[in-house]
Amino acid sequence: MKDNRISRRAVLAGTAAAGALSLTGMPARAEVNWKKYAGTKLEVILAKGPRGDNLQKNIKEFTELTGIQVESEQIPEQQQRQKCVIELASGKPSFDVVHLSYHVQKRQFEKGGWLADMTPMMKDPALTAPDLVESDFSAAGLQYCKNDKGQMLSLPWSVDYFILYYNKELFQKKGVAVPKTFDEMVAAAEKLTDPKDGTFGFVGRGLRNANMTLWTNFFLNYGGEFLDDKGNILTDGPEAVAATKLYQTLLTKVAPPGVAGFNWMESMASFTQGRSAMWIDGVGWAPPLEDPAASRVVGKVGYTVVPAGPKGQYSATYGDGLGIAAASKNKEAAYLLCQWAVSKKQGARLLQAGGGVPFRNSILNDPEVQAGVKMPKEWLQSVIDSAKISKLGLPVIIPVAEFRDLVGAGITSTLSGGDPATELKKAHEQFRPILERSEKA
Amino acid sequence: MSVVTQTSPAAAQDAAPEREWRPPSYWPFVIPALVVVLAVIIFPWLFTIWMSLNEWKVGSPTTFVGLANYLRLPNDPRFVEAVGHTLSYTVLSVVLPLILGTLSAVVFHQKFAARGFLRGVFIMPMMATPVAIALVWTMMFHPQLGVLNYLLSLVGIPPQLWVFNPNTVIPSLVLVETWQWTPLVMLIVLGGLAAIPTEPYESAQIDGATFWQMFRFITLPLIMPFLFIAGMIRMIDAVKSFDIIFAITQGGPGSASETINVYLYSVAFVYYDLGYGSAIAVVFFLLIVALAALMLYARKRMLWTEIASGA
Repeated sequence: MKDNRISRRAVLAGTAAAGALSLTGMPARAEVNWKKYAGTKLEVILAKGPRGDNLQKNIKEFTELTGIQVESEQIPEQQQRQKCVIELASGKPSFDVVHLSYHVQKRQFEKGGWLADMTPMMKDPALTAPDLVESDFSAAGLQYCKNDKGQMLSLPWSVDYFILYYNKELFQKKGVAVPKTFDEMVAAAEKLTDPKDGTFGFVGRGLRNANMTLWTNFFLNYGGEFLDDKGNILTDGPEAVAATKLYQTLLTKVAPPGVAGFNWMESMASFTQGRSAMWIDGVGWAPPLEDPAASRVVGKVGYTVVPAGPKGQYSATYGDGLGIAAASKNKEAAYLLCQWAVSKKQGARLLQAGGGVPFRNSILNDPEVQAGVKMPKEWLQSVIDSAKISKLGLPVIIPVAEFRDLVGAGITSTLSGGDPATELKKAHEQFRPILERSEKA
Repeated sequence: MSVVTQTSPAAAQDAAPEREWRPPSYWPFVIPALVVVLAVIIFPWLFTIWMSLNEWKVGSPTTFVGLANYLRLPNDPRFVEAVGHTLSYTVLSVVLPLILGTLSAVVFHQKFAARGFLRGVFIMPMMATPVAIALVWTMMFHPQLGVLNYLLSLVGIPPQLWVFNPNTVIPSLVLVETWQWTPLVMLIVLGGLAAIPTEPYESAQIDGATFWQMFRFITLPLIMPFLFIAGMIRMIDAVKSFDIIFAITQGGPGSASETINVYLYSVAFVYYDLGYGSAIAVVFFLLIVALAALMLYARKRMLWTEIASGA
């Protein structure tokens, strides 16, 4: 995909224009030369979901703006992660732009050196629109996209906060108030559970690995920290035991049977069928809950922040971003695409459809953008409130998948009678050597 | 057997020493097959073994570590548990289809109306895609909305957790496997039954044998070779079964249904630990070879006893 001739001409034109500008004594801040890489062809690999949809649906606008052709494909998340890693490790990825899940892949991608450094491009006024500045991204976004040296290796695209979904109708029927703390939540869930009726107080991920995203929110609210200063994992301490006990209570006493095998999809099914009164999961599920074709609880769903624990109130935060493959030959064009994808227009569309939440404060806090949100106002409020109590939901380490599998399996075991402290200890005995091996290498 | 076929042409050549030696003319014909075998079987195997001797993680430099990956195996509780799960899953999903398949073969061997049509219906599970089957069964296993618990409730049995409980997950998965592969055993055994002559049954009837005696002393010994073939095919299939387990439980709940194959997949393609994954693959391959050898040995012994009893 070499377009040397075109880009050389474009470069000449660009420099000439820049020279002319400086001659006229204009300020150094030049306009972004969007057309500079016209004719370039980019390959993009996306994880399947609303972010990918939003990009694909509007990609014509980008091509009109820049003249850059974009070929993109959406692959289911798990397979997309594998494909990216294998291709990037081969040194000759078939794509220029990669959609990555920060909470799983951040350290792995950094260690592999697979992503191009965007810092110089972000400082180049010919490439970067003036409104795209580092400080506009939320703290979680910057934590995710920057490496230890402070280089921007990707642009934060969409953030996922964990929130509490609740069924207003069931709450009203039993005269239960929306819980503000974990204790209230357990009490409410007990009142709302009626096995004869087939309704349960709480539902959430029980499936190994997937369950870690829910469990860590409990862990954080019990005051847990994932790592100490030396990088040792702390998820088997007293906070973890307390979090596991809460998790065990909720998922065995007041949750539908079989919850040990539930991922978000099964949890959502139970909630949309009106069989579960509360559900804690990512913010992105509002559209299916409010879709009359898929849900029986349209208009009855309440949205609020995750209840507080004894040591704090946090919203476990996850997120994804767009990076440029270090091996790409079209880095500048790829950068333009990333920039467009996180632009105000695209971000507003994503938020307004409820498909994701931009990391950029200028989008989230813009009243005009907020006014266009098609989801209930409560949902938007829960997003804004969660942003204020956001905390990364998984340890930033290389073997995230092993962590989720091993500790997740231990936590799932507590649902069939395992003792929280014992199971955590057993899981960490297996996990610690893996962590040491991968971090020291 | 293969040894015999290889040596016999050589022996024939020795028998005619006066003939002038010429380069064997068959080599050009052998080479394409040889190249394919080397490229797609031998090379990947040697490469897998080589990888298993290295610390080989995607995104990190590789280092030679000798047998360290193999030494990790016995100390890895997940691997040890996976071996146990694999064995129990295999035994159950060999034995149950064999029993049910034999019984259904005996039934379908009888002459009755619409036999051909019903045979066709019976083998339909075998024709479906495992992943599609897995999705359908996942819905049927659902503790609240699934049809299985509804059926149980009709006869007054309380709802079960099926694949959502560590204690029942393997039997539940075996149920799917059995449902899908009993027809295969049935087909093989049916072929065996068709080959049995009718005379032994006639003389047995004259001697006043019951149906059960005829089955036990005539049918079963005569279809034994077919059962062994069916058992072998089932065994190899069951040991390396992946799609049904992965699509229904992904090895869960926890790791209660994680077989070696599912664990191997996680290690190699989720944790990207290719060195360790290769070591597991090599051990897994040896396990399959060992099980197959055991079956062959048992078969040989059985044939001997057959000859002995026949003599």
